[in-house]
Amino acid sequence: MNALNIKKGSTSHSAYELRDPNAPIIESHTLAVVVDNESGVLARVIGLFSGRGYNIESLTVAETDHASHRSRITIVTTGTPQVIEHIKSLLERMVPVHEVHDLTVEGPAVQRELALLKVAGRGEHRIEALRLAEIFRANVVDSTLESFVFEMTGTPTKIDAFADLMRPLGLVEIARTGVAALARGV
Amino acid sequence: MARQMTGAEMVVQALKDQGVEVVFGYPGGAVLPIYDAIFQQNDIRHILVRHEQGAIHMAEGYARSTGKVGVALVTSGPGATNAVTGLTDALLDSIPLVVLSGQVPTFMIGTDGFQEADTVGITRPCTKHNWLVKDTAKLSEVMHQAFHVAKSGRPGPVLIDIPKDVQFATADYTEMPAAKLSHYQPRTTGDAGLIARMVEMMETAERPLFYTGGGVINSGPKASQLLREFVAETGFPITSTLMGLGSYPASGQNWLGMLGMHGLYEANLAMHGCDLMLNIGARFDDRITGRIPDFSPMSRKVHVDIDPSSINKVIHVDVGIIGDVAEVLAEALRQWRARGSKVNREGLAKWWAQINEWRAVKCLTYKNSDKVIKPQYALERLEALTKGMDRYITTEVGQHQMWAAQFLGFEDPNRWMTSGGLGTMGYGLPASIGVQIAHPKSLVINVAGEASWLMNMQEMGTAMQFRTPVKQFILNNERLGMVRQWQELLHGERYSQSWSESLPDFVKLAEAFGCKGIKCDDPKDLDDAIMEMIRYDGPVIFDCLVEKHENCFPMIPSGKPHNEMLLGDADTQGVIGAKGAVLV
Repeated sequence: MNALNIKKGSTSHSAYELRDPNAPIIESHTLAVVVDNESGVLARVIGLFSGRGYNIESLTVAETDHASHRSRITIVTTGTPQVIEHIKSLLERMVPVHEVHDLTVEGPAVQRELALLKVAGRGEHRIEALRLAEIFRANVVDSTLESFVFEMTGTPTKIDAFADLMRPLGLVEIARTGVAALARGV
Repeated sequence: MARQMTGAEMVVQALKDQGVEVVFGYPGGAVLPIYDAIFQQNDIRHILVRHEQGAIHMAEGYARSTGKVGVALVTSGPGATNAVTGLTDALLDSIPLVVLSGQVPTFMIGTDGFQEADTVGITRPCTKHNWLVKDTAKLSEVMHQAFHVAKSGRPGPVLIDIPKDVQFATADYTEMPAAKLSHYQPRTTGDAGLIARMVEMMETAERPLFYTGGGVINSGPKASQLLREFVAETGFPITSTLMGLGSYPASGQNWLGMLGMHGLYEANLAMHGCDLMLNIGARFDDRITGRIPDFSPMSRKVHVDIDPSSINKVIHVDVGIIGDVAEVLAEALRQWRARGSKVNREGLAKWWAQINEWRAVKCLTYKNSDKVIKPQYALERLEALTKGMDRYITTEVGQHQMWAAQFLGFEDPNRWMTSGGLGTMGYGLPASIGVQIAHPKSLVINVAGEASWLMNMQEMGTAMQFRTPVKQFILNNERLGMVRQWQELLHGERYSQSWSESLPDFVKLAEAFGCKGIKCDDPKDLDDAIMEMIRYDGPVIFDCLVEKHENCFPMIPSGKPHNEMLLGDADTQGVIGAKGAVLV
């Protein structure tokens, strides 16, 4: 599959059925949902997942078009291909939903997440934390004599990697925004 | 020039503009301004119910029997929470409803005010959509949108929560044509290429089968008409779910009867053995499929549904066509005729020979008695004595419901109102009143069990007040029959809490309400008693005392495939294993 450069689970856009319909493959998909920015719309979307026991790995939401009252919800969800298809069609039939895009299937997409990490420590640990932050292009946005707050942007895996490195160096707290994603190209 | 009016007046004006003739409701503090507006007009009739659940079921019966949107009006707090069961029922059976609820004034929301409940929060998962309107200027547009959403695409219930201060305040009324019906425009035209694939499959299939559902009825009379033409011209056999009864006539020669857990032997074996399944407006409900891995293993499957999320939800299909049943059938019929109206005659003849063997089993046979009324016999007589009449049937939920589906024949759509998806005991009585309000001259019979019927019996008061001559045909076995049947089959005959103790005297109860009561416990008297019920000009409570321990067959035991169904006097010991017992 990798040699053909076909994404896992991309059956709806590939010429061949590559997956065994009986195998319980769990896939992770990033969905972008454009909705009317009205009260209760987020509860509606979340209720769709919680009411059926589906997973939400990450969720971000903010108004993206003030004039037409549109918000964009980015959801990272996991499930079998059948569940993912079902989630998409359930989202599509909701009244305040305008568009649903499966960025995992529809082609290459950029994904970014912002994280703030508070790391406390003295001496060697403090210097090592700062050095690693440079490598990861994290910025120091707050500093005391015994702590830093780093700000970093990247893919969720990059943030995971940085957080793992910070843990033995005195990671105290972490805040993450969840994934924002856009398809590449026009 | 925009018309200025209060929020309450807007509600009434919008209902008029939407062509609403009847509202089922119950007043309370938070809807007083709307009731005041209703008082001051004569175009919209208000039916005062006895409990809000009754209002929703009446609106459902009204909607299901007319094809129009049903409307109910309830107050805040308990009024709205009492509506929840009805809303869920309508959601699962795809019944278009607009429910209006009052709410505490906007400045009190969130203060735990008197009769305050988070109505939009509570009803979010049991409506197709809902709105909390906090600004009178937006109220009329939301009203128009609500009707659009309720009836477009897959129909369903919607709710508008209207705080009391919004009902009092004044604003410009948005006329219906000016209302933005949002982007919500579900696709109704099926993909022509996919329809072509369906038609190709139909030309070669050796063992084809139409499996139809409530979607045919929701699509309107045209869909039923096209379905009948298609069945007649192809000669394919047809079966239907509980919700779809009447879309193809029960007297039609290709009719196999209802399928599913208590469906007919020939219908279920045809589902299991077919090589082409044409699912038209049904949703592969668990009552239909039985054990999923063994469901119709040899067939290619086509699924026509207006709701994209129904396709491939339970059963993977070969061709999924998103569209309105009538539009898809019209296009399929056009293509099929254009290609020469071909079918595999040889295969079809063999298939019918096989089906006729299954039919010869006569799976609805039961042991009759001359001492006690068998419930099946009661329904056979009801069918025989009311056949050809302008008749509407509603039911409660349980054994009687399944027997009614098996033994009553429906020739036309919209004549059969039953709670299929949610299985709501207490649905039938209020639904029958809703039907009768819409069809005052017709014969409306609620086939009931005594336990279900008691759940909403207060609505007999409504029936009396509005002179709806609904006939309550209660098959009284003094048991929760279906619960008892399951306890017999899979809980070692330990009949835990499944009998009806301290039942009222139904004849005296009828008299207390001011209507007619009839009691019958002898098969010899049954015909005369049924005729007396039909001829009486007013509501009747018919207490039909039937055999107490009759089981409903055929039955596909839970966790089993279609071809392992139980017939009448079969040995039922241990047929349901531990895995099946956890299913419902």
